[in-house]
Amino acid sequence: MKQLMLGNQALARGLYEAGCSVVSSYPGTPSTEVTEEAAKYDEIYCEWAPNEKVAMEVAFGASLAGKRSFCGMKHVGLNVAADPLFTCAYTGVNGGMVICVADDPGMHSSQNEQDSRHYAIASKVPMLEPADSAEACEFAKKAFDLSEEFDTPVIIKMCTRVAHSQSVVETSPRVEIPAKPYEKNIAKYVMMPGNAIRRHPFVEERTRKLITYAENCDFNRVEMGDTKLGIITCSTSYQYAKEVFGDKASILKLGMVNPLPEKLILDFASKVEKLVIIEELDPVIENHCKQLGLVVTGKDVLPIEGEFSQNLIAEKLGVEVPASCSLDETMPGRPPVMCAGCPHRGLFFTLKQNKCNVLGDIGCYTLGAVAPLNAMDMTLCMGASISSIHGFNKALGQESEGKTVAVIGDSTFMHSGMTGLANIAYNQSNSTVIILDNSITGMTGHQQNPTTGYNIKGDPAGKIDLEALCRAMGFERVRVIDPYNLAECDKVLKEELAVEAPSVIISRRPCALLKYVKHEAPVKVCEGNCIGCKSCMRLGCPAISMKNGKAVIDTTLCVGCGVCKQLCKFDALQ
Amino acid sequence: MTKNIMIVGVGGQGSLLASKLLGHLLLSEGYDVKVSEVHGMSQRGGSVVTYVRFGEKVYSPIIDKGEADFIVSFEKLEAARYLEYLKKDGRIVVNTQEIDPMPVITGAAQYPENLIEKLKAAGAQVDAMDCLSLAEEAGSSKAVNIVLMGRLSKYFDLPVEKWQKAIDECVPPKFARLNHKAFLLGRESE
Repeated sequence: MKQLMLGNQALARGLYEAGCSVVSSYPGTPSTEVTEEAAKYDEIYCEWAPNEKVAMEVAFGASLAGKRSFCGMKHVGLNVAADPLFTCAYTGVNGGMVICVADDPGMHSSQNEQDSRHYAIASKVPMLEPADSAEACEFAKKAFDLSEEFDTPVIIKMCTRVAHSQSVVETSPRVEIPAKPYEKNIAKYVMMPGNAIRRHPFVEERTRKLITYAENCDFNRVEMGDTKLGIITCSTSYQYAKEVFGDKASILKLGMVNPLPEKLILDFASKVEKLVIIEELDPVIENHCKQLGLVVTGKDVLPIEGEFSQNLIAEKLGVEVPASCSLDETMPGRPPVMCAGCPHRGLFFTLKQNKCNVLGDIGCYTLGAVAPLNAMDMTLCMGASISSIHGFNKALGQESEGKTVAVIGDSTFMHSGMTGLANIAYNQSNSTVIILDNSITGMTGHQQNPTTGYNIKGDPAGKIDLEALCRAMGFERVRVIDPYNLAECDKVLKEELAVEAPSVIISRRPCALLKYVKHEAPVKVCEGNCIGCKSCMRLGCPAISMKNGKAVIDTTLCVGCGVCKQLCKFDALQ
Repeated sequence: MTKNIMIVGVGGQGSLLASKLLGHLLLSEGYDVKVSEVHGMSQRGGSVVTYVRFGEKVYSPIIDKGEADFIVSFEKLEAARYLEYLKKDGRIVVNTQEIDPMPVITGAAQYPENLIEKLKAAGAQVDAMDCLSLAEEAGSSKAVNIVLMGRLSKYFDLPVEKWQKAIDECVPPKFARLNHKAFLLGRESE
């Protein structure tokens, strides 16, 4: 049956059809929907793991046991999972094991623009890169065969435009794959030096075999057109190249981006007059071609930064782009903002009022950094808020201890905040850590996590008690506040900053977008009382604006959280 | 020949249902279809774009500057923001609702005036209407997306029944009546 499917949904379909049995992932844009969609198939056990390293090790365990397994993550998630990746490249697999990594060129929802192909090269693991949803489904299925044939985990690399574009997929039924027998094999699976030394030559030999495979496999294909121009490309760049050149160029489309073929590329190059490499982010294929002694055009004209598009490729390669209309007008930007009723807003307002240094983390609450709150000093990676505040306070001592906080969400805390907190408990800095517990993984679109009490299917699950956890780690001061209550936030923050001991404040209130959260009636403006002082505007709530010198509430957005009322000295907000 | 429809608006306005409906309809008409969306952080009240492309064979999932046959905008400023994506003779179907972005709310910028006139002066064919009022008339302010689809349907050589069938296949049955009303209000209003 023909259906429109997101690339991520199609990849999940491929997992299903290939008989995959176990999926463990941590959400991250643009990879999240693979696992959400896989969870809709009852034949696959699916879970959200606390982080990507755990997820990959779960998938490895399932593979070791003999079943086909999968883990999915965004590009930066693979940094976290790099440790198991590099060594399961040595052990190889029992049941097929497939890893999805989704890159985010253009950084629609990411903190950097790293190119995951480097991981495939560095870990010596094959990597497939689909260019649309049909390929995502097909490659996922073939990846398991490849994994079992070559005794290796296989990475499928997605990017935002493949992951989040819908295109036509032809589905087929699931094939049940019998589990491979589990057999104890110390030499293969116990990676201590004596065994790992013997596995490394296997890895090198496997790469040589995979290069031979890449020369003729159906992941790579040549589409001959005009031979004046030859293009080597992969992923969504292939689609842009076809859009611009059609059959006015010959194309070598690489679906297997590690290892790269040699003869296939040299043969293609010999048939065309000029060779152009079109690839987003780093010059991986380009450098490979240069090593083969080919003269190519690539990053000398195309950018390393950002996403490509058909016009960008046309412009850089001297093809005319369509004319367009334009307005001679400066448009105010529309950056993303914390939602109306977001529980993080009251807390960040309090941090701003107290002129705190705020070491931030990854989540919706990173939006605390934007105007008018501007209440964040640093965001690096998952968990860095807590580890960094310890370093910051150790460096500055009393100069920073009384005015510096770390802020981290509940899911991010479970992901990699706990180890940082253990360091504070162990090496004792006078640090104040605020866990923003909105009872969900918010930014990626509401995934459950170990603190919510529900699993990926929404069924009751184990629930980690944050207060008990922090106390067990040795924190004697653990306070819980409601971020809708500004006076309470301010009082507790001041107390915990003043005290000479490490402390944890849990700012607890569920995400206002959660379906089960009951909203109050929208706030009403009493126009007679409003003097237009704009005090309420300091919150940066998208539901409040000023019209003709008076506050106006957008009743379609306001959820009646009442934080603005606490700022109005004239009783104008009711 | 590939046709391009850009759907633009503010995160949370319901553009994903509009693109789902179009994708469904166009696929059932036998076209190759690609729909590209943005998820994640930019959805949080930010400017959002969805691309819908259809034709015999569609390659790129995105629409570039000067390529859009239609821009369907949930909000006036967003229509203007993406004007340069419109083809020379392209059409803008726009909800005249104004939603202040944060720089306007904080006073750092002004919401531009007379945008519809300016869009027309720039050479765009503009079909502007108050879709929010029509959606409320149909029974829910959330039906702006379907009002806009009703309006867009005027410019397609497809029987109205096919659009209605696509609505039935894309919305929960309990909202079907409301959405059919919203669709017809959008299609038939002056």
